[in-house]
Amino acid sequence: MPGDGSPYTAHPPTDRAAMLEAVGAERVEDLFDVPEAVRFDGDLGIEARSERAVRREVRSVLDQNADLVEFLGRGHHAHYVPSVVDHLADRSEFLTSYTQYQPEVTQGFLQALFEYQSMLVELTGLPVANCSLYDAATALGEAALLAARVREASGETVLVPGHVAPGRRAALERYVDGAGLAVATYPMAGGTVDVAALRDVVDDDTLLVYAETPTVRGAVEPALDAVGTAADDADALFCVGSDVLALALLEPPAAAGADVVVGEADALGLGTGFGTGHGLFAAREAFLRQIPGRLVGATEDETGRRAYTLTLQTREQHIRRERATSNVCTNQAWLALRTAIHVATLGAEGMVDLAEDQVRYARDAAARLDDLPGVTAPADDAHHFREFPVRVPGDAARVRDDLRDEGFAVHAVDDDLIQVCVTEETVAGVDDLTAALAEVVS
Amino acid sequence: MSDDDRGYTFDQARWADDDGYVSLLSEAAPGRAEPGDALPDDLTRDELALPDPAEPTVVRHYTRLSALNYGVDAGPYPLGSCTMKYNPAFLEDVAALPEAAVHPDRPDESVQGVLEIQHRLQRALARIGGMDAVTLQPPAGAAGEFTGIEVTKAYHRANGEGETRSEVLVPSSAHGTNFATAAMAGYEVVELPPGDDGRVDIDALAAAVGPETAALMLTNPNTVGLFERDVVEAAELVHDAGGLLYYDGANLNALLGRARPGDMGFDVMHYNVHKTFATPHGGGGPGAGPVGVVSDLAEFLPTPHVRETDDGYERYGPERSVGKVHGFTGNWLVLLKAYAYVARLGDEGLRDTSATAVLNANYLAEQIGLDVPYGPFHHEFAATAGDRDAADLARAMLDHGVHPPTTKWPEFVHEAMLTEPTEAESRRDLDALAAAFDAAAAADDETVANAPERTAARRIDQVGAAREPRLSWQALGDENAGTGD
Repeated sequence: MPGDGSPYTAHPPTDRAAMLEAVGAERVEDLFDVPEAVRFDGDLGIEARSERAVRREVRSVLDQNADLVEFLGRGHHAHYVPSVVDHLADRSEFLTSYTQYQPEVTQGFLQALFEYQSMLVELTGLPVANCSLYDAATALGEAALLAARVREASGETVLVPGHVAPGRRAALERYVDGAGLAVATYPMAGGTVDVAALRDVVDDDTLLVYAETPTVRGAVEPALDAVGTAADDADALFCVGSDVLALALLEPPAAAGADVVVGEADALGLGTGFGTGHGLFAAREAFLRQIPGRLVGATEDETGRRAYTLTLQTREQHIRRERATSNVCTNQAWLALRTAIHVATLGAEGMVDLAEDQVRYARDAAARLDDLPGVTAPADDAHHFREFPVRVPGDAARVRDDLRDEGFAVHAVDDDLIQVCVTEETVAGVDDLTAALAEVVS
Repeated sequence: MSDDDRGYTFDQARWADDDGYVSLLSEAAPGRAEPGDALPDDLTRDELALPDPAEPTVVRHYTRLSALNYGVDAGPYPLGSCTMKYNPAFLEDVAALPEAAVHPDRPDESVQGVLEIQHRLQRALARIGGMDAVTLQPPAGAAGEFTGIEVTKAYHRANGEGETRSEVLVPSSAHGTNFATAAMAGYEVVELPPGDDGRVDIDALAAAVGPETAALMLTNPNTVGLFERDVVEAAELVHDAGGLLYYDGANLNALLGRARPGDMGFDVMHYNVHKTFATPHGGGGPGAGPVGVVSDLAEFLPTPHVRETDDGYERYGPERSVGKVHGFTGNWLVLLKAYAYVARLGDEGLRDTSATAVLNANYLAEQIGLDVPYGPFHHEFAATAGDRDAADLARAMLDHGVHPPTTKWPEFVHEAMLTEPTEAESRRDLDALAAAFDAAAAADDETVANAPERTAARRIDQVGAAREPRLSWQALGDENAGTGD
């Protein structure tokens, strides 16, 4: 009963009395060795509610969110999550377990994570993938810190593209502050990397060159290998940002010389969650012992049967403390499980098909919008994956706001640029969006 | 051996097939797909090689894997410092509400529901911790530590002491994350040895603290469940020297509604919502690590922060914000569960939680035969395996149907078995746990050496795993039976 203690403590009064007697205490308060001066006897002012009341309350508060069709992306992408992902991942053997410190009884989760790592190896082309970081932004921060630790690279500047999500860049800057690194920008041309200009910017002080494909504006980078070469020529590491679905279609970043791949694994298996993320992280074999986060390895048990275990843990904070490769402990393991189930459900054909759909959705939607007077879509020269910038007549923020009043959410990215993201979840609404934009810009 | 009288049994072994494992690859026809004409060839891969299982195969595969995994819904899971409490089922339904699934780049006026829940949670956490302002952005406890230490750094920089305050003090009993976090933020770590009573040695602290001190990071109760009785004096020492006091919230479950870090003199703290507020651990995450601060530090919190206005709620950037510690605003879907949990419990439920967690730990310690040094402890205790190896005893406990405690940590307890039963265990479960402790301790050397026998995997070759890392199907190559086509 609410107000009568927690519904999630297990003791009937008789047990409680017997337990108190067993420990030689009259009241449970006697067990607290807290000095009088710092005891809290006040009210927190939080009223207990029934489960039913909490569910109704949360739903009613969340109902205040406007009912908008979201053509939004820029680092947080909604793909349809098959029911089977929810039903399997919600099995409480997975959901209510913790980090696999006791591998004998957590073989199931370990194997699922091992398989997740394997999927990422195939998708990135790099031989080692960890089993999750918080999100793409923090994974990029970790990539920069890895670069600062390894002998292969020197310098103190991380170069990021002119088009990068502000949140991703801000998190990177926070991550590298303690290591004394700086973040600088190199220019884009026509929506993708201006390789000649990049070459002018890269120098001895460059530690890491970061490039994205697709970019934050959805552009597929055509010169990824030239970017990698520019980094390599300056003895800098090359880090590519992408996402787990785009990688099913695009040339694997390893083929373009990527040393590290980071990005959104949450594009599959999670859905929209107000920015809740799941970062992927893969690297070259040479950096195996410098990788942040958890790694699952295959081994044998004493009967010679295949078994899995967390491995190379001497990289981690609980063993290496201030000399660890990262402070990360809790990661996004359950989301890695969800991503793996989603990938398994799609299969190779399904992954490639779904990825190709995203190219077509963006192309077709851009063509529709481009027909509107005064509107240019895409507003750059690139091929696009899911999303693309749109040049609109007048102020982009005003266009965004007017579209919101019509029931559509788009990004305003620059003075006269909005950005539209189309996936299988929203493609059916492109006609309505086109009509609304026609209205708004007329 | 019979576990009938305890009610728990793994019998995971029956789920492992004769070969010990089935991989997704060997269950499924290996799939190979080639891109079509959506993009020019020079932009695309030649081929994608991934399993192509039919949905029933996927379901069988992951259902089987779930049977090879142990969660707290199945039985006791007393990992010390991890707070493996019951995760109320309804929290998953709350997080799955379609109304919660909105994009973060929407304008404020179209996400008022999300912002209101976030604001309510900020306020509830502030009250629980005795703090003035709370950010929800850090996506895990260690990320909360990093945020808190970056806030500390920004505060010292703003005071013109960014260069001089170069040290963070950390007791040797602290979680490894504290050391790693301070180093990541660019600080030198000064380790404080434990006193004879297992608590911080106040004289050692007095000797270590000085003009170079940026912060002291403290866990209270500490990692063997002892309340740091001298916390007020410690706070005075640190504050007098111009440093700040950081509270590691990993053990907050012990104090819910009974003592608050803010009242003890802490300036900045993190909350582990997947521990204290029951959002599931999910096999290692996601969690969330909100950070609370006193009013003087609020202007340094990450961007955006949520505040109430005359028209509702808005996101804004605090004046001297440290910027961002996550690409967006953290693990919203986890935070939503934490809000629902706190709302369900209220004051009385929170106080009952800490009381029962402490009663359970004390009761369990009383029931087991192993020695438990130090005390009085609160929500957890470190038993010692004595002349046995703690990890061996832990493996022996597995054959009695329970998950064992954290072993060999903290290091200042000889062969530690750090045990945190949480408020969720019934007396019967605690008795079963105690029986498992005692049976493992009483077992002969051969039994212990052969344990576990009833689990999906027996004793695992860790050395081999690290010496020759095989971290993917691809690395297994021909070993992975069934991959050929």
